Amino acid sequence: MWLYEKKLQYPVRVSTCNPMLAKFLIEQYGGADGELSAALRYLNQRYSIPDKVIGLLTDIGTEEFAHLEMIATMVYKLTKDATPEQLKAAGLGDHYANHDKALYYHDASGVPWTASYIQAKGDPIADLYEDIAAEEKARATYQWIINLSDDPDLNDGLRFLREREIVHSQRFREAVEILKEEQGKKKIF
Amino acid sequence: MSTNFKTYRPYVSPFDPCKPILEKAYSTPPNLYMGFQPPNLPQFTPMEALRAGTLWKPLFDTWYGPLEPGGKGGLPQ
Repeated sequence: MWLYEKKLQYPVRVSTCNPMLAKFLIEQYGGADGELSAALRYLNQRYSIPDKVIGLLTDIGTEEFAHLEMIATMVYKLTKDATPEQLKAAGLGDHYANHDKALYYHDASGVPWTASYIQAKGDPIADLYEDIAAEEKARATYQWIINLSDDPDLNDGLRFLREREIVHSQRFREAVEILKEEQGKKKIF
Repeated sequence: MSTNFKTYRPYVSPFDPCKPILEKAYSTPPNLYMGFQPPNLPQFTPMEALRAGTLWKPLFDTWYGPLEPGGKGGLPQ
């Protein structure tokens, strides 16, 4: 069960009307290494992983939905007042033709989200290594989006999200350490 | 203390079509070096931590893009 707090994890401010940034941001919405992939991957892997790290997957998977909501807010703010002409100029004409201004789970080039982006191998080490890789890939994606953006308020939120990827990666690495720990390790000779 | 990025100098051909980038950089955030987080690391204040995205000063890393005014940190472009 989840409890919903009707506020964002970090305030989302957008200072310039630049719908093209929405096109890039959507990569973190419905892309392979985006927040939707992350949330669904972690929350699904929980069922077949040792008890010690289930809570971590629950916590991080839940937080990824909070990040998804922040990205959605950014995209919405950047597109809600744009004219079809502006969307076309921003490279979003094809999106508009299919979705109007609705958000949709696809990546920056319009490829729809697919479950094959995520894996649940059932092997705890394999799954956690995938999770670490996913966090590093999401961190890199934030870097490239920040590099494309000249909006300081938007970048402030993106920097927060990038830092969270770093913390999540750290926690997944610790989960690997917990699981690989030798049993009965009192090695007193 | 580890650095948050590393650099390397790729091969540059005399026939490259574009102005070559002599030095390239990549991010190496602090989580790569920490291992299992040791106890009693320095912390941000709660208000700072909410903005930083982490409670732990040694886990903090930031990134500024080349289009941002006065952007420091991140990678040298």
